[in-house]
Amino acid sequence: MSMISVSGLTVTLDGRDVLRGVDLDVRRGGWLAMIGPNGAGKSTLLRTLAGVLDGQGEILIDGTPSAGLSPRRRARLVAFAPQTPALPPDMTVFDYALLGRTPYIRYLGRESRADREVTAGVLDRLDLGGFAARRLGHLSGGERQRVVIARALVQQAPVLLLDEPTTALDLGHQQQVLELVDRLRLADRLTVLSSLHDLSLAGQYADTMTLIAGGATVASGPPAQVLTEELIAAHFGATVKVAAGPDGRPHVHLMRGDR
Amino acid sequence: MTHSPSARQGRPRHATAPDGQARASARLRPWWVAAALVVLLGSLLAGLLTGAADIPVPGVVLQAVDWLPFVSADHGLTPVEQGVLVELRLPRVLIAAVVGGLLAVAGAGYQGVFRNPLADPYLLGAAAGAGLTVTLAIVLIGGDAGAALVPPMAFGGAVGGVFLAYALGHTARRGGTATLVLAGVAVTSFLTSIQTFVQQLKVEELQRIYAWILGDVGGGWEDLRLVAPYAAFAAVAMLLHGRMLDVLSVGDDEAVSLGVRATRVRLAVLLAASLATAAAVAVSGLIAFVGIVVPHLVRRLAGGSYRVVLPLSLIGGAAFLVLADLVARTMLAPAELPIGVVTAFVGAPFFVFVLRVTRRVDT
Repeated sequence: MSMISVSGLTVTLDGRDVLRGVDLDVRRGGWLAMIGPNGAGKSTLLRTLAGVLDGQGEILIDGTPSAGLSPRRRARLVAFAPQTPALPPDMTVFDYALLGRTPYIRYLGRESRADREVTAGVLDRLDLGGFAARRLGHLSGGERQRVVIARALVQQAPVLLLDEPTTALDLGHQQQVLELVDRLRLADRLTVLSSLHDLSLAGQYADTMTLIAGGATVASGPPAQVLTEELIAAHFGATVKVAAGPDGRPHVHLMRGDR
Repeated sequence: MTHSPSARQGRPRHATAPDGQARASARLRPWWVAAALVVLLGSLLAGLLTGAADIPVPGVVLQAVDWLPFVSADHGLTPVEQGVLVELRLPRVLIAAVVGGLLAVAGAGYQGVFRNPLADPYLLGAAAGAGLTVTLAIVLIGGDAGAALVPPMAFGGAVGGVFLAYALGHTARRGGTATLVLAGVAVTSFLTSIQTFVQQLKVEELQRIYAWILGDVGGGWEDLRLVAPYAAFAAVAMLLHGRMLDVLSVGDDEAVSLGVRATRVRLAVLLAASLATAAAVAVSGLIAFVGIVVPHLVRRLAGGSYRVVLPLSLIGGAAFLVLADLVARTMLAPAELPIGVVTAFVGAPFFVFVLRVTRRVDT
């Protein structure tokens, strides 16, 4: 049963077709990693799924056409963590995470006790309980990324959209963040869509992958089908060696040019 | 994660403990409001005590106590002294309070809408827009009809000025906190030049217009009654939008992904802030910098959440302008300085300070 189903999605920005007839399908509880060269349209696709941008074509979220959803209804189904989230430096971690309750609060309403409890619960679960009173400006890169994920989880949406969640993180923090997402996905049966620029990392965590280039879907399937030397050479212009790791998942190694 | 395993076992419960949560969340603390109200009451009393006529201090204090509901006090003031107090000083301090509160809350609102700490009703072109349309009302229509048109004309002008500045800043496409302010300065200069042209057409109204432009809160009860409904509506509308402005502070994309129609919120706050500006401008003329100084001080003292900044700016702005008026009245007594001169004297250096602080955050 697919949780997100996109067919023939075209998005035009400033008169340019950034996405041209993209199709994709993510099963409930699955993790789809989108890869592709810079400017391929990955962020545009995620932002369109989050309702930030409008496009032509069909997007079904849990079987419901996204176009017919009010922003609040959509926000209860889909949570979005952008690549470079704006983090007001004076806002506390708790207040930032609490913003995730917005789709459940009336326009001029205020958060209920239950909203605060959900938020506190998520922070505790992500080991951020001790950070609740910390200001966003005083967090490290890894903490910041976890706080953004906390905000998305507080939204309690079954779909999590992550735009490059590991950017600007060192190796250890990249792994921690992705392990965290995977743990949450399995525990809560979340459906995850993420763009990831590190191909090996994408191949490690995702169960399906989509290669987007020039605004169109070029290849889709399990990591071994998408991470091939030919496809990477053709669309990234990179010379790589792909080898199966001990878990059978493909590892991508960058090769130096002919010498 | 970054915790050691032992730390994880003894997992901190701060977030769930009620006291920890209260500390972690920016909420309007009662004692802040109480402190702000004490400052406001103090400045109102100081405003009542000061003036050309020599009215005994204990009498004024007792009279003020007597005005409180359910309290009566024997003030022992002569009818003339009471007249000065009731017809001159009281409306004056109240107008200063209303105007100051409106300008400060409007400034905070504009800052939230544009996510720009330098936004101010005066610098954004709102005040100049209102100034132009009010001048048009006085010059072209004149008389009682013109006077009656001042509030709606001021509102239209304020909204128009802000939209012009925003459109201009937007076409410059440089984003940045300074671009919007530069656009506002350009719009202000342009609208002021038209205003000057219009007022030169009708020199006989010049004094009336000038008295109004330089800022003046000595209008009396009539002025207060004229703006009270607009002021009350604008202030309530602004205060209700605190949470929404907090959501907007994480950026439009995220606000939309959280189910908020960001453009609609912007428009609502923009209209409310412009109504507040217009109500202030309609009775007092153009007074700059209140909208920057007060919200910024509030942020420093009580935190950045708009749920805190908006109500405390309202009270703090009221106190600030009452005190500014006090200075304006006493500096060159018996002559009076225009109140806008006092706020600019304090506000312009402050503006530079805020600019320096935000630059550091920007980069």
